[in-house]
Amino acid sequence: MLLIYCPYCEEERSELEFRNGGDAHIARPTNIAEISDEEFEAYFFLRDNPKGVIYERWRHIHGCGRFFNAARDTVSDRFITTYKAGEPKPDLDVEPKTPETVETYEALEGAAQ
Amino acid sequence: MTGVNRISGAGRLTPARTARFTFDGRTLTALEGDTVASALIANDIHLVGRSFKYHRPRGILSAGAEEPNALLDVSRDAARRQPNVRATVQEVFDGMKVSSQNRWPSLAFDVGGFNDLLSPFFAAGFYYKTFMWPKAAWHKLYEPFIRRAAGLGVAPTEPDPDHYASRYVHCDVLVIGAGVAGLAAALAAAKAGAKVILCDEQPEVGGALHYDSGTVIDGKPGYDWAQATGRALAAMGNVTLLTRTTAFGYYNHNFVGLVERVTDHLAAVDKTLPRERVWQVRAKKVILANGAIERHMVFANNDRPGIMLASAARTYLNHFGVAVGKKVGVYAAHDSAYEAAFDLKRAGVAVAAIVDCRERPGDAVLAQARELGIEVLAAHSVVNTTGKLRITSINVARNGGGTTRKIAVDALLVSAGWTPSVHLFSQSRGKVKFDAATERFLPGTYAQECLSVGACNGTDDLQATIDEALAAGELAARAAGAEGGAQVALTGRNAFDWTGGMHGAAEGAGADTTVKAFIDFQHDVCAKDIRLAVREGMHSIEHIKRFTTNGMASDQGKLSNMHGLAIAAEALGKEIPAVGLTTFRQPYTPVTFGAIVSHSRGSLFDPARKTPIHAWEEAHGAEFEDVGNWKRAWFYPKAGENMHEAVARECRTVREVAGVFDASTLGKIEVVGPDAAKFLNLMYTNAWDNLKPGRCRYGIMLRDDGFIYDDGVVGRLAEDRFHVTTTTGGAPRVLHHMEDYLQTEFPHLNVWLTSTTEQWAVIAVQGPKAREIIAPLVEGIDLSNEAFPHMSVAEGRICGVPTRLFRMSFTGELGFEVNVPADYGQAVWEAIWARAEPMGACAYGTETMHVLRAEKGYIIVGQDTDGTVTPDDAGLNWAVSKKKPDFVGIRGMRRPDLVKDGRKQLVGLLTKDPKVVLEEGAQIVADPNEPKPMTMLGHVTSSYWSPNCGRSIALAVVAGGRARLGETLYVPMADRTIAVEVSDMVFFDKEGGRLHG
Repeated sequence: MLLIYCPYCEEERSELEFRNGGDAHIARPTNIAEISDEEFEAYFFLRDNPKGVIYERWRHIHGCGRFFNAARDTVSDRFITTYKAGEPKPDLDVEPKTPETVETYEALEGAAQ
Repeated sequence: MTGVNRISGAGRLTPARTARFTFDGRTLTALEGDTVASALIANDIHLVGRSFKYHRPRGILSAGAEEPNALLDVSRDAARRQPNVRATVQEVFDGMKVSSQNRWPSLAFDVGGFNDLLSPFFAAGFYYKTFMWPKAAWHKLYEPFIRRAAGLGVAPTEPDPDHYASRYVHCDVLVIGAGVAGLAAALAAAKAGAKVILCDEQPEVGGALHYDSGTVIDGKPGYDWAQATGRALAAMGNVTLLTRTTAFGYYNHNFVGLVERVTDHLAAVDKTLPRERVWQVRAKKVILANGAIERHMVFANNDRPGIMLASAARTYLNHFGVAVGKKVGVYAAHDSAYEAAFDLKRAGVAVAAIVDCRERPGDAVLAQARELGIEVLAAHSVVNTTGKLRITSINVARNGGGTTRKIAVDALLVSAGWTPSVHLFSQSRGKVKFDAATERFLPGTYAQECLSVGACNGTDDLQATIDEALAAGELAARAAGAEGGAQVALTGRNAFDWTGGMHGAAEGAGADTTVKAFIDFQHDVCAKDIRLAVREGMHSIEHIKRFTTNGMASDQGKLSNMHGLAIAAEALGKEIPAVGLTTFRQPYTPVTFGAIVSHSRGSLFDPARKTPIHAWEEAHGAEFEDVGNWKRAWFYPKAGENMHEAVARECRTVREVAGVFDASTLGKIEVVGPDAAKFLNLMYTNAWDNLKPGRCRYGIMLRDDGFIYDDGVVGRLAEDRFHVTTTTGGAPRVLHHMEDYLQTEFPHLNVWLTSTTEQWAVIAVQGPKAREIIAPLVEGIDLSNEAFPHMSVAEGRICGVPTRLFRMSFTGELGFEVNVPADYGQAVWEAIWARAEPMGACAYGTETMHVLRAEKGYIIVGQDTDGTVTPDDAGLNWAVSKKKPDFVGIRGMRRPDLVKDGRKQLVGLLTKDPKVVLEEGAQIVADPNEPKPMTMLGHVTSSYWSPNCGRSIALAVVAGGRARLGETLYVPMADRTIAVEVSDMVFFDKEGGRLHG
């Protein structure tokens, strides 16, 4: 179970209190009614699903109720930082070092393909 | 007498304190502190079970959590029975009943043993190949047979009468394992002032010091030092010492699950105590002091009862005072096994020989063996054993062949060396590295805030272990912020330094395909099975594991994994690290369902939500249905009525007179603020600017993909205040959806959202006499059609309490929804009922509500829509503003696929035979004679018998439905095909005049 720092409550709380909200920093176009099908596809459907650092939204739904953003390493599940909604994407000077993954059945399957 | 094999003066148990238990019906006496295993051996019982596949006789192999063989059924009473309990872990209590498993008719004579003779037909992976043909036989013959034959124990059938507890706890340093390393680390961390939790799976601290009689620490015998240290730690205010507590899982962010067995060792159970308690620990630092697990030797017929790990034999002797045999042999590739022979010899047990497959055993142990007069056969191997229900002899040959020598023994102590227990380290996602010099996997790259110390870290020497553990304990404490001063120094020494170790099959295990040299005892996997898997083309250790089931039993290969890996590596011609290691997963040892479920059972499993009017409904005979967590009144049967009759009566009564309905479960959100209307403009398809205070409007909410997400009536109470209702099930997600947009997309809007679902009780009064029923109770609101028309809202008082009164209808009748503060809900309901009942009105439930709304073609989001329905599909285009520049879903619903012809649209269906009621979910086709697979046009979403129409009615989604009005379509069912006519969705009062009555 993850331990998540809520930037509004200024406390680390258990994952049970939070709900993930998908990728962060994807602004809804202000002229959304006018955008092309391709632009809408990019805005609404296409996500990177990176192996490494992801910027994502969380809501402290069973706490203060606020949405905030987090930078998390999807390999180690380590949170690099959390910050308030509306704040700019933090400039992470060093890409965090991700420990090599333990060999898993899934990883081997991937390698086999 | 507490067993013929108990040696007077040996061990640490108190001879006067006895406990009686039964094994397969035979009454035996044990000492307090005995495990089931030690008590059975003390009573000269060595055969304790039958193996899984071949039903081979099996005995006790270990003295710890890694035990693969001695799995027994242990019960306290009829309800408190647990199968597959490891005899080596379970402590004996007075009155305990123990039974062996997987045998019939008896343990000594087991019909299933026939499987052993048939074993050529049961090669590894046989079940992937054998039961393939004929296809139909799988379901009826093979699977039921295999299910009966498979599995060791029998699951209990009675509900578990015990209770279980769970708690969260935070600490600076969690130390897992209370052997030398764990105790030293905990001591150093505690003296530095850290908040420490120290846990160990055994009943008392000490770990390997239970058996390692030659260890001296701080000038004391190791075990005595451990107990003194344990007591000192327990007395410290900053230390929690948990024994009988297994760390079963290491999860993200230093979250570790511990399970404490609280009462399983007690003869009389205090009912106030939980049977087990789960500790969910969040630790700043974790110190892993898990120790190492001894491996067995792999050779022919190495599974007979009486063959046992050398360290286990030492535990039974040095801790429990029990000799495992009268004439023991030793077969080893590691010096540690010699000490078992030394201990037993000194205790007066005959040692037949030490067979060592190595050329050069350690000098020190050789010298000691010579001194004690024990014969050592170096560079020899045990090539076979005899003895049906217990070992009687070993056949020994010099490596490389030659004559065999038969040596009579009644126990054989084996050791192939020690496997560092990296289970928890690996669960923490740390990456192990292979140490080529010692041929073992050790902690390599750490992924979390933890440190491994002692044997699990590959540290062999006692003083090195102590120094490493003390340093780690202090380091972890400091890193967690502890600032205490006291440093700890300790000295310790072993009797012998150990050398040696091997993996895989020893000489004499044979390349022969018929020799049974077991590596995984619990799943009956032999060395030959691994080789077969490689020959069959399995090259990944993960595939080999699944093909052979090596390491897939409940012990998860604690003994077998390294052997299997080494044999696979040899067969593949690769190095061990190149073959890789299987993934370690939680839990480390089996955890009971009770512990995991804890308090979440019965009424606490999924708490029921009840409306403020629930008690009245119950008292008036309502049947209830579950809607999410809500208990909703379904229908109110009168004496002698079945559901159909009750619903028909309620439906007619509402339309003829009136009905009263509890709508309190509707989701309610108070939307307040200067920008409230602007916000709702963005959240709903409708326009809200032009809605005047005192009026209501039906609103549709989409997601940005353009599909219907929720619907409900919204009342405007003031310029800046809206009372929003949502579907019963949708309330939390609608609020979340609104908060999401308000906080992240439209934060410039000045709006507050508050859930008020549980603040208001809602009483719907519907029907021609609705106004007459409530009018005398209402103060301050003119209920006339002119002053308070359909879709109005007003604040006033009813029965003297504040109300938000809505004029609205989900039945198509003149209707009101009376909102009152929840605490007044039942009183106001009773006042309304006191007027309604004498007029001939009824109370009605959700089933009638469904029928009445379907008669009017009102949809239910989630029943008539499924997340792929647009407003146009549902015929709700009238509710979508054409003027607004933006609302959530505005772009999504214009996507090409969402506007193209032929989409499924909501329509009505009338069966040609009016008496036939369609099944909800049934598929609809145009041509009933089309060959399969037929072209399916859509499905029935709602279907009821309509008492007011005197026929069946249905709603359905049908491709191009609105263009098919009047067309005949078909609903194929298993037994017949039903012809239907496509109609509009309004079946009753098509003009809608009744609403305005």
